[in-house]
Amino acid sequence: MSAVAGRLPASPGERIDRSREVSFSFDGNRRLGYEGDTIVSALYAAGQRTFSRSFKYHRRRGELCGCGQCANSLVTVDGAPGVRACGEPVREGMEVTHQNAWPSLEFDAMRATDLFGGPFTPPGFYYKTFIKPRRLWPTYEKVLRSAAGLGRLRKRQDEREWRTEYRRRHCDVLVVGGGLAGLSAALRAAEMGADVVLCEQDAEPGGALLAEGGHERARDLTERCVAAGVEVLSKAPALGFFDGLVPVWQGDTLHQIRATRHVAATGTLEQPLVFHDNDLPGVMLSSGALRLAALYGVDPGRTVLAGVDDRALETALALSGLGVEVTAVADLRPDADGELPAALEATGIELIRGATPVRAGGRKALEGVHLSAVDAAGKATGNPRKLECSALAVSGPAVPASSLLLQSGARASYDESAKVFLPTETPSSVHPAGSVAGHDDAEGTALSGSVAGAEAAFALGLGEAADRDRLAAERGELVARGTLPRRAEPPALASDGGKGKAFVDLDEDITVKDIRYAAEEGYDSIELSKRYTTATMGPSQGRYSQLPAVRALAEQTELSIGEVGLTTARPPWTPVPLGVLAGRPFEAAKRSSIHSRHRELDADIRWAGDWRRAYDYGDAEAETMAVHEKAGLIDVSTLGKLIVRGPDAGELLDRLYPNRMSTLKPGRIRYGVIVSEAGRITDDGTVCRLDEESFYVTTTSSGAGAVEQWFTWWMACWPELDVSLTDVTQGVSAINIAGPEARQMLAGLTEADLDNEAFSYLDGREIEIAGITCLALRIGFVGELGYELHCAAPHGRALWDALHGAGARPFGLEPQRILRLQKMHILVGQDTDSEMTPYGANLGFAVKLDKEQDFIGRWALEHSAEQAPPQALVGFSCPDGTVPTEGAAVVDAAGTVVGQVTSARLAPKLGRSIGLAMVDPELAESGTALTISDRDKRFAATVTTEPFYDPEGELLRS
Amino acid sequence: MSYVLECPNCGPREVTDFGFGGEYVERPTERPSFRELNRYVYFRRNAAGVQREWWVHRSGCGEWFLAERDTRDNAVQWTALPADAPAPGAAAEPDVELAR
Repeated sequence: MSAVAGRLPASPGERIDRSREVSFSFDGNRRLGYEGDTIVSALYAAGQRTFSRSFKYHRRRGELCGCGQCANSLVTVDGAPGVRACGEPVREGMEVTHQNAWPSLEFDAMRATDLFGGPFTPPGFYYKTFIKPRRLWPTYEKVLRSAAGLGRLRKRQDEREWRTEYRRRHCDVLVVGGGLAGLSAALRAAEMGADVVLCEQDAEPGGALLAEGGHERARDLTERCVAAGVEVLSKAPALGFFDGLVPVWQGDTLHQIRATRHVAATGTLEQPLVFHDNDLPGVMLSSGALRLAALYGVDPGRTVLAGVDDRALETALALSGLGVEVTAVADLRPDADGELPAALEATGIELIRGATPVRAGGRKALEGVHLSAVDAAGKATGNPRKLECSALAVSGPAVPASSLLLQSGARASYDESAKVFLPTETPSSVHPAGSVAGHDDAEGTALSGSVAGAEAAFALGLGEAADRDRLAAERGELVARGTLPRRAEPPALASDGGKGKAFVDLDEDITVKDIRYAAEEGYDSIELSKRYTTATMGPSQGRYSQLPAVRALAEQTELSIGEVGLTTARPPWTPVPLGVLAGRPFEAAKRSSIHSRHRELDADIRWAGDWRRAYDYGDAEAETMAVHEKAGLIDVSTLGKLIVRGPDAGELLDRLYPNRMSTLKPGRIRYGVIVSEAGRITDDGTVCRLDEESFYVTTTSSGAGAVEQWFTWWMACWPELDVSLTDVTQGVSAINIAGPEARQMLAGLTEADLDNEAFSYLDGREIEIAGITCLALRIGFVGELGYELHCAAPHGRALWDALHGAGARPFGLEPQRILRLQKMHILVGQDTDSEMTPYGANLGFAVKLDKEQDFIGRWALEHSAEQAPPQALVGFSCPDGTVPTEGAAVVDAAGTVVGQVTSARLAPKLGRSIGLAMVDPELAESGTALTISDRDKRFAATVTTEPFYDPEGELLRS
Repeated sequence: MSYVLECPNCGPREVTDFGFGGEYVERPTERPSFRELNRYVYFRRNAAGVQREWWVHRSGCGEWFLAERDTRDNAVQWTALPADAPAPGAAAEPDVELAR
């Protein structure tokens, strides 16, 4: 078979290259097309008329728009569903399969819904049918799920990983739409010196010019734009208008374009006419028929046109000029006159005035049309005339594609003479141009584009006197051209009184009857009607159904079309894969410089916030015991670390901590808790004074960022303080070595004096370990003799190796959790909540209300100090060894919740289960019995208010 | 909501570059009553109109600065480092009448 069947003679504006054939498959059958064909145009030329089955009734659907904007030809291409075949170019070897029909496109079993299922699937059926009996719901659900949806996603998608780049582009003027108006606007603004970006959704700029014989003008204008410096983006739809930010999707790039001024030259959308069986394959938009013939050289066969204004007449002449057999044009206007009717007559095309289609006839595809005059209600008057044809090219009024303008804040207002909603009250920074603003002839469109471009440039401060004069002249000319086209208003439904579905929305299979019945049920405003019937909610989002739906509702409710109004315009303009919006696949993971050692030791590595950390090294219990018996090693590089330096460093810390930091002697460390202005605990950590003007502050790992911002914010509020802050969280590694033999192991690696007298608990010393300069802090989060060693991150691994080599056993987060719990050392955010003050967490010692210094949270804490805290944090132990789930409730005898378990573990050294809980203050006495309710079990626990292990801290101080 | 903020150090950037630091409120200079303390800690004007507020250039220089922005349409009047900002005036007090 060849690609020639069903083709017209070659024409200069066509997109296909007849010297290059492309072979592809459709439902397993090999097909041929030309380079440049779309899937639909290639198949149409080969005689295919049905391209998909409709959503609900599974009726045959054919070509409608010819430009990739409707949902009549959704197919699966190479496994990817939802491709619009009428806009998708053919490629060698592509495999195209149909969607939404089983077992085949030609014979679809689901057509039963059209023939018999109507009563079960009215609009809103999911509120009425398939509900009872309830026990059948799982069955209903399965059936409905299989029946719903258009196309299938492959379960395994690994070959199709999206890699999309974000690109930020700031420019002076963004022109959306590359038709005649858009190109004219872009050229004018660029010539006046603006930095212009133009985006066009089609494969090349030109818009309506391309199919209407204006391809040379389009190419010429595009070249002049590029020469003037315009950035032209093709195959690049603008997705929406977000307060001046317009994302434009082009292949693998999402351009985030922020322009100072916008020109909206988005064109118009031709609307279908509504009559019985208006969805038969062969019934298409007149612009769709023209594109088939002009761009792809496809012969639609004997064609009849039907329209409401001059457009149908012009298209008829154009089609005839390309070699299509056009037999008649039905013009709803009873008195159409002028040059066009005369030209039609000369070509031998019959002009039937005052007539419109009331019925399409044919079984699998269009075979003929019934035309008739109709009264105001759309009812045929007299006998319809039947004409045989293979294609019926319909032309309802072309509505402005005003979504972008409406999203920017413009309003839609129904114009009685244009018979469409026109955008008005556009914000001053957005300039409508071309047919979207109501111009419908080439010269008016070009002029309005040039005017818009000039106005945008002037608003930016560009342009000179000559430009001003030119703009005034162009504006004058536009006004003189003035009026909008003469149009007849089509009825909501043109009918001969017989049966047959008349569709208002082809995507969702919504008929005029559906809109009427919904209105009768009370869904009689456009917002309710839309949501109840789902009209305009399909894949084409109302492009070809909005005005017919409004008209049907107006007729039913006896409101004017203007009173019915439009529903809210929303982005995205075109369906966009989530992968495009998500950008490059990117999972931020922070690892310490020592990380490779954890991997080599086969650690169980897990997420801790943004960090990857070792949970344990295979035996949490043994690791815990090693810390008690010899010495253990843990990588704590994730801790927040801030260097606060300057004459007022001590003053700053005194203002931010409830205790005194400025009284620290150099080389000493103090524990501090940070509170909010409400006195609530937000973080905790240590402060070590390095010298007179320098302090080393540590914070929790997850709080590092928040504390750094807290500090810098207050520094911005107190510019009188002479202090600076350096965040070294990621530049410094930290390792904690802890256990009875820690000192010995360290002694072998350093010359420093580690005697308890020389280097006591809460001392901080700069010492050299294995040749590496370290800040050694003698603090005790895990409750054994220990040193927290901080060194520059590049040396972290070497330090780890040295300590490991000295005999310390690596331990992970889980053993650390057990060890700290034995000492009742809290974890902020786990053992505290957003309401807890230091008094509630047994941290009253860290609040010095007697200090003179005002500090953040002071006033709130003064009030808190006067009252008993509403909740108390206590330790508990379970005699029978059960470890409750963290978060389990503490209950009283009546079952009322009186507290909550915040931490719980089995402590191997102690041989029992221990934990922390927030409880009502009356329960906070050592020895009190508690009942813990954990899921459906209850068990007993006993309160203890002092640490479970080494309560006096002797080991820490040894 | 999508708009542009001008960082006093780095220049104009998309608002997503920044972290929002809340409405600007002046800390009481003397020990407040309990009622005044609650007002300072918990209440804000939350004006539908021009608001003075804090921003931090999180994806950039990390500097904290002030801005005045109309919360109804996100029109930014000015941004400035605290030292260069115009004097606060009425915008600094939470303008709230507490019940009882």
